[in-house]
Amino acid sequence: MFGHAPEIPVFPGAMTAPLRLAPLAPMGVALTLVARRLIARHPGLIARLGEHGDKRFAIDPTDLPLTLLMHPHPTHTRITLYRRPPEADARIAGPLAGLLGLVHGAYDGDALFFSRDLVIEGDTSAALALRNAIDDAELDLGAEIAALAGPFGAVLAPLIAAMQRVSGVALTRVEGGMA
Amino acid sequence: MMELVCPAGTPAALRAAVEAGAHAIYCGFADETNARNFPGLNFSREELADGIAFAHRHGAKVLVAINTFPAAGRQAVWHRAVADAEAAGADAVILADLGLVAHVAEAHPGLRRHLSVQAAAANPDVINFYAENFGVRRVVLPRVLTVAEITAINREIDVETEVFVFGGLCVMAEGRCSLSSYATGLSPNMNGVCSPPSHVVYAEEGETLAARLGGFTIQKAAKGAPAPYPTLCKGCFSSGGVTGHVFEDPASLDASELIPALAKAGVTALKIEGRQRSRAYVREVVRSFRAAVEAVDAGRPLPVGQLARLSEGQAATTGAYAKTWR
Amino acid sequence: MELTVGPNPFFWDAASWRDFYSRLADEAPVERVVLGELVCSKRLPFYQAEIPVAVERLRAAGKAVALTSLALVTLKRERNLTAELVDAGVEVEVNDLTALAHVPPGAAFSVGPLVNVYNEGTLGWLAGRGAARVCLPPELPPGSVEVLAKVGVPVEVWGWGRLPLAISARCYHARLHDRAKDNCQFVCDRDPDGRAVDTLDGQRFLAVNGVQTLSAACASAAHSVERLREAGVAGLRLQPQSEGFVEICKLFRALLEGRIGPAEVDAKARPLAPGGRFCDGFLTGAPGVAWSG
Repeated sequence: MFGHAPEIPVFPGAMTAPLRLAPLAPMGVALTLVARRLIARHPGLIARLGEHGDKRFAIDPTDLPLTLLMHPHPTHTRITLYRRPPEADARIAGPLAGLLGLVHGAYDGDALFFSRDLVIEGDTSAALALRNAIDDAELDLGAEIAALAGPFGAVLAPLIAAMQRVSGVALTRVEGGMA
Repeated sequence: MMELVCPAGTPAALRAAVEAGAHAIYCGFADETNARNFPGLNFSREELADGIAFAHRHGAKVLVAINTFPAAGRQAVWHRAVADAEAAGADAVILADLGLVAHVAEAHPGLRRHLSVQAAAANPDVINFYAENFGVRRVVLPRVLTVAEITAINREIDVETEVFVFGGLCVMAEGRCSLSSYATGLSPNMNGVCSPPSHVVYAEEGETLAARLGGFTIQKAAKGAPAPYPTLCKGCFSSGGVTGHVFEDPASLDASELIPALAKAGVTALKIEGRQRSRAYVREVVRSFRAAVEAVDAGRPLPVGQLARLSEGQAATTGAYAKTWR
Repeated sequence: MELTVGPNPFFWDAASWRDFYSRLADEAPVERVVLGELVCSKRLPFYQAEIPVAVERLRAAGKAVALTSLALVTLKRERNLTAELVDAGVEVEVNDLTALAHVPPGAAFSVGPLVNVYNEGTLGWLAGRGAARVCLPPELPPGSVEVLAKVGVPVEVWGWGRLPLAISARCYHARLHDRAKDNCQFVCDRDPDGRAVDTLDGQRFLAVNGVQTLSAACASAAHSVERLREAGVAGLRLQPQSEGFVEICKLFRALLEGRIGPAEVDAKARPLAPGGRFCDGFLTGAPGVAWSG
């Protein structure tokens, strides 16, 4: 389960084709809003980043034709989308399903890193801090995105649709919880 | 039943461990007072109090690791950590430093004291020394002993023993290793880190990925091939024409098959390493080991299949528990 | 400042061992000598009979003498050896707290560099228990050394030799020779100053000595002597080596007496340094491998 490479679904190129044409700026704005809502509800995320709270993180889903650049901030987090990997302090790259599985507690970061399904470059400490902060926050991206109504929700439609076309992707938290 | 002592690097992992059946959780403050002082890990004072309350509501204990060696001139930081752990309701503190153990015995006599693996107490004489002088109630045995030696130790001491059964493996006597500070300036004893990520650099050399720590090449792997974290003592080196893992293979400890023998040896508690691992990992490992200790307690065979899944595809070793390891 | 010769961590045959301590008694300008087996209890029978002779000869030469405990005590035989040490009528240097369990309260003892003395709490407790002298762990940063040198117990600092970095239950010499530890055939005797362990890029990194891991570089406190003296450090510890050790003792004596400077020590000691390179990072607050000279 944790020792070997889990079989992470990879998006076939055809399914991500609509993303190549989608305008990036509005999607970046929408993701920025999602991220700010998340951080407002999980202030521990920024606290856990500690000295790495001001670094720029490139999150690179290797099976999608885009990279997210996240610049965290307690109230003004920014996410920008790029077609080519941008300059960043730390880069975390892997199949989208693997990255989402990390967020949702389906995978263990160490195991993905050992198996090289996940690649960390640049500031290793910052990347580990982000990974640990996200693991602690018990996020549910599906619910967060669903809660984003109106035009902002609409601009993320191609991304969400691409995600949903592939089965086995942990779009929501996999675990329950005790009070 | 043997007590299952489980790691938590974050409050979420603590809750996951409790939900999965941990009898006790060990964790530490987010600073240099504990031996897993990694970026983004560990507990604030408030998180610890909340975590302890959660664990206690579900019948689990929380053991707070304050197991680095206090820095000269700054001992107050460690003393405050102990006082805060007690105030938060900790069931015990896990200590390594002689002076700190003496301080806690004197200033916090009602707080249960466990001796950390970092104290490397490896025989009955020194364990009894800690028990008699400082009222230590449990000792985490260093990972240098065989099952036969653990049995013999338990016959000669009155305190409880706790042993590691799963996770990362130190090949050196813990608390007595300066390899990391020699290469990077940061050490487990002083800073709570070994082979710190801040000093790791990966370099692509053609088809090879080299991992360097503090400028020293620790391992080389084909690009894209599985490569463990470049921990110093598990690196690949060369000596007098021999090239290989001079100190230890990059394997992790799996002593699950030895649980019945460890029970027979008089061991009180089984410890799982991995405060740096995710809540997903903690949940799965704790669930499997809880099933195992229940089986052993009921006189049933070990649930072998469930345990084997945990380290599938990864090199595992029973470490020093088997004498041939030496 | 005084000079203490630490215990020889390596495995030498009885004749070499005897010659080494004879020359030390006759020629080395040092105040104290710690001897006995530090690293592996299996080696002891080969030269045990030489120890009382060496103790007498060193004492006759006016040197204070202490017997070291083992660095890691696990086996019954090792526990017995450790218990018997205190009966030998020689001061014990505790290098594993197991030995302290056998020292009667009130009896004087000293503490070696392999005991974790990181702070004034630990140092104070040991002093209260009777510690007359403490050699600090090599990895201690300069700020800690300064604090501990003022506690009131004479403290020593690592002065010369490959740094003791780790101790294990596993024997790396046996492992490198594909042998079990129980059938090691004492292969560590082939490397009288440790066996080099290099990185895959050929960097000199570490050295193994049975169950012990040392630095490949030879630590030298030559450039820190002035600062250590001002801080109140009582002595430097010099680790034995198979060749040229009396010369090393003489160089450090000359340095302490101000007859030569650190650069001259470097130049004359380098050909004698195991591994041929120096380090002093721990003494300057840098990674241990760094060299300030």
